Amino acid sequence: METTDFDSSDPVAWCGGCGNFGLQAALKMALAKLGKKPQELLLVSGIGQAAKMPHYIKANFFNGLHGRALPAAAAAKIANRALTVIVTTGDGDCYGEGGNHLLHNIRRNVDITVIVHDNQIYGLTKGQASPTSEPGMKTKIQPGGVILAPFPPLETALALGCGFVARGYAGEKEHLAELILAGIAHKGFSLIDVFQPCLSFNELNTFDWYSKRVYKVGLEHDAANKGAAMALAARRERLPIGVIYSSAGPSYEELSGLDGMPALVDADISNVDLRHALADFK
Amino acid sequence: MKEELNIRITGKAGHGIVSAGMMLARAYKDSGLHVFAIQDYMSRIRGGNNFFQVRVSARPVYAPREKADIIVALDKEAVAANKGELAPGGLLVLDGENFGIKELEQGWVSAPLYALAQEAGGPKSSNSVAVGIIAALTCEDFDKAAKAVGREFSGKSGEVAAMNRQAALKGYEYAAKNMKSSEFRLTGAPHGSSLLIAGNEALALGVIAAGCKFYTAYPMSPSTGIMNTVADYAGRYGIIVEQAEDEIAAVNMAVGAAFAGVRSMTASSGGGFALMCEGVSLAAMTETPLVIAVVMRPGPATGFPTRTAQEDLDFVLHAGHGEFARAVYTPGSPQECLLSAKRAFNTAERFQVPALILSDQYLAESFTNIESLDTSAEPPDRGSISEPGGDPAQDRYAYSQNGVSPRAFPGRSGTLAVADSDEHGTQGHITELGEVRVKMTQKRLHLKLAGLAKEILAPTVVNPGAKTMLCGFGSTLGVMRETCAAAKDTGFVHYPQVWPFPEGATLAALEGALRVLTVENNASGQLARLIRRETGLKPAGSILKYDGRPFTLEEVALALEGGI
Repeated sequence: METTDFDSSDPVAWCGGCGNFGLQAALKMALAKLGKKPQELLLVSGIGQAAKMPHYIKANFFNGLHGRALPAAAAAKIANRALTVIVTTGDGDCYGEGGNHLLHNIRRNVDITVIVHDNQIYGLTKGQASPTSEPGMKTKIQPGGVILAPFPPLETALALGCGFVARGYAGEKEHLAELILAGIAHKGFSLIDVFQPCLSFNELNTFDWYSKRVYKVGLEHDAANKGAAMALAARRERLPIGVIYSSAGPSYEELSGLDGMPALVDADISNVDLRHALADFK
Repeated sequence: MKEELNIRITGKAGHGIVSAGMMLARAYKDSGLHVFAIQDYMSRIRGGNNFFQVRVSARPVYAPREKADIIVALDKEAVAANKGELAPGGLLVLDGENFGIKELEQGWVSAPLYALAQEAGGPKSSNSVAVGIIAALTCEDFDKAAKAVGREFSGKSGEVAAMNRQAALKGYEYAAKNMKSSEFRLTGAPHGSSLLIAGNEALALGVIAAGCKFYTAYPMSPSTGIMNTVADYAGRYGIIVEQAEDEIAAVNMAVGAAFAGVRSMTASSGGGFALMCEGVSLAAMTETPLVIAVVMRPGPATGFPTRTAQEDLDFVLHAGHGEFARAVYTPGSPQECLLSAKRAFNTAERFQVPALILSDQYLAESFTNIESLDTSAEPPDRGSISEPGGDPAQDRYAYSQNGVSPRAFPGRSGTLAVADSDEHGTQGHITELGEVRVKMTQKRLHLKLAGLAKEILAPTVVNPGAKTMLCGFGSTLGVMRETCAAAKDTGFVHYPQVWPFPEGATLAALEGALRVLTVENNASGQLARLIRRETGLKPAGSILKYDGRPFTLEEVALALEGGI
C-alpha cells in the first residue's frame, strides 16, 4: 500500500503548520507499511483537533463524543476483532474528559492502539489549560498561571500495567510511524503519547522547545524493564521519545474467550433457540 | 379451604427471605396454582426488615393484595414490623422462645423455627423450616415443597442442600402434628405446566432471543437483574457481557459495538441513565442503533434504591440534547418484557434510532407464573445494510424517503462505515452548511418519526365504552386488569409503548367514557399530561402513588370508590 491509498477527500481544517500534520503523515506512513486496506481499519476519535484525524485518513471511522473514544473503540474491536482499531485523541479528550475510560481501558486491555496528540493546551476551545499543561503557563482562564500538577500519562499507564507505552514527537515523523506500527503489532492496549506543538495557542511548547528537549531512546534502554521504563517516563528536563515499555500479556480477547469464538459480528441471530434458557424457569 | 391466600415471609436481609419465597412460589406453581410474588427489601446487605409475599390462587393473579393470611416472621423485629399486616383470621407464625416473646396476640402461634433449624444442621436453615410449615398448612403433601427446596439449593454443596431439605421436612412435620388446620388448605385445579418468571428475567430472555451479543452496563438496582440473567446464559449463547467502568462508558460501548454491526445494549436506572443521555443523543446523530432498558426506582438522586416508581416517563421521553426520533416501550408483564426487548432491537436497527425500554423495580422483580412465553414473535429484522462488495461510492447518510439509509459495518461492507457526532453531510464528514443541517434534521426527526408512528405497539383496551376508563403504562397493567374485572362499569387502556404516542388508538378507546383516570406510580401524573399533550383530551384525574411501593388492589379500588 502507498500513503496515497489513505488520502481522504475531506478538506483539512487544522491551522497551517500545526503539529497534527506531522502526526497525519506518520500515521499514513505506518498504515502504508502495515499493508491493510482502508476497509480493514477503523479510526475512532472523540472531540478536539486530534479527533478530526479520522476525517483526513481514508478508512472506516467513528468520530464520537468528547472523551468517549476509548469505550466506543474497545467495543468495536470486541464486536469485530479482525479490525485494526486506532484511536486518535488529544490530551484534553483522553486525559481530561475521558480519564476514567483511560484508566479502565488500560485494565481492560482490548487490542487497540491509542495515539494521543499531546499539545499541552486546549486548541478547539481556544487556549485553555489542558491536563498536561506546564505549571505556571498563563491562559485566559488561568491568568495567574496553571497551578494544577500536570497529569503524567506515561507513568500512569505504566502504573496501571499497560503493556505498550511509547512517546513520539510530531517533528520526528519516521520515528513516530515506527512507534505506531509497534503499537499496532502489540496485542493489547497500546498508548502512544505524542508531543504535538500547537502554533495558535501554546506559545511555550513550540517546535523549537520540543526539538531542544526530545531525544530518541537508544539500545541502552531495556523496554521490558518496568523500573527502567518508570525512570525514563519520569524525566522532565530532557524528554525521551521511543518505546518506553513493551511487554506481552494476556489481552481481553484472550481472557474473555473472544479469541475462541467466531467474531460477534458474524453471529447468525436469525433464529436464536431459547428452549435451553426457558427450561430453567419451568 | 381457600381459593386464594396471601403469604408473607419476613425477616432481616441475610435470612434467606427471597430463597424461602421462591421455594414457596415454585411449589405452588408446580401444584398447578397461580402465583404472584413481590419482594420488598431495604438497601442494605444485612439487617433491617424485608419481606417476600406470595399471592397464590386458583385463578390467575396479577397484582399484590394488602393483608397476609399467613405471616412467618424470622426475627423479633419482623413481628413488630408486620403484625399490622395480618388479615382478619390470619396466622402469624413466630419463634416465641427464640425471639423472647411470651405473650401471643390473637392469631399468633409460636413454632420452634430455630430449634428445628438447629436440629437440621444449622440456624441458617430457619427459612426452609418456614417453607415446610407453610407447605404443611396449605398443601396436601411435602413433595412439591421438597422439590422446590432441592431446586433452590441446587447450586450449593450437597451438604447445604441436604440440611435445607431436612429443615423443610422438620418444619412440615412439626406443623402437621401441632398446627393441624384445614383452614389454609388451598383448592384449585391444576392448570398444566407453566413458567415462573420476573420482569427482568423475561426482558433478559428477550434480549438473548433478539440476538444481542454484547451487553454492557454498570451495576445499578433494579436493572442489574437483567445483566445477571444475560450473564447466566452468555456462554451458551455466545454473548460478551462487559461490566463498564461507568454508565457513560456503557452507553458509548453499546454504540461502538452496534456501529461495528453487533446487536448490543445497556441498562440502568434513572441515575445511571442520566449519565447516558449524551450517548442517546450520539446514537441519534450517528444513526447507530441503541437499545437501553431503564428500570425505574424513586428519585431524585439516589432516592429509594430498592423500591419502585414510574417517575422517569418524562425524562426518558425527552432524554438527550437536540431533536431526534426515538421509540419508548413500556411493558407491563413478563410477556411484554420479552416482546418489547425483541421489538426494541428491531426498531433500533430498522430505523437506526435509540429504542428505550422503560420498566420499574416492581415489574422487574415481581414473579408471575405464566403459561408460556412466545419466543417466535418479532423475529430479528436488521433493516437495511449495505452488502459486502456493495457500491463503495454509496453514501452512508444518503437522503431517502423514509429517512433511513443503508448501514455499513466496518470490515464487512463494501462501503466504508463512517459516523460523526458533529453535523455531517451524506458522507459522514463534518459540515457547517445550513441546508444540509435542515435535511439531516428532517431525516433524523420527522421522516423517522413518521415511520415509527406506523408501527406503534397497540394499547391493550379492556371494556371500551365503560363509564370509567383507567389509563396506565408499564407495570400498572396487572392492577388495572384485576381492578376492572371486579369493579362495575370500568375499563382500562394499557400502553406497552408510549412513544411515538398512539393518538388515534387513545381517542378511539376513550370515546364515550364519562371519567378518564390515569393510574401512575408517580406524584405528578406524567401519563395524564402526555395524553393531554398528544390528544387534547384531559383526563379527569389521576390515581397516584409515590411512596416507593407498588399499587395494591385495595388502594386502586378505594380510590375509585372515593370518586377521584
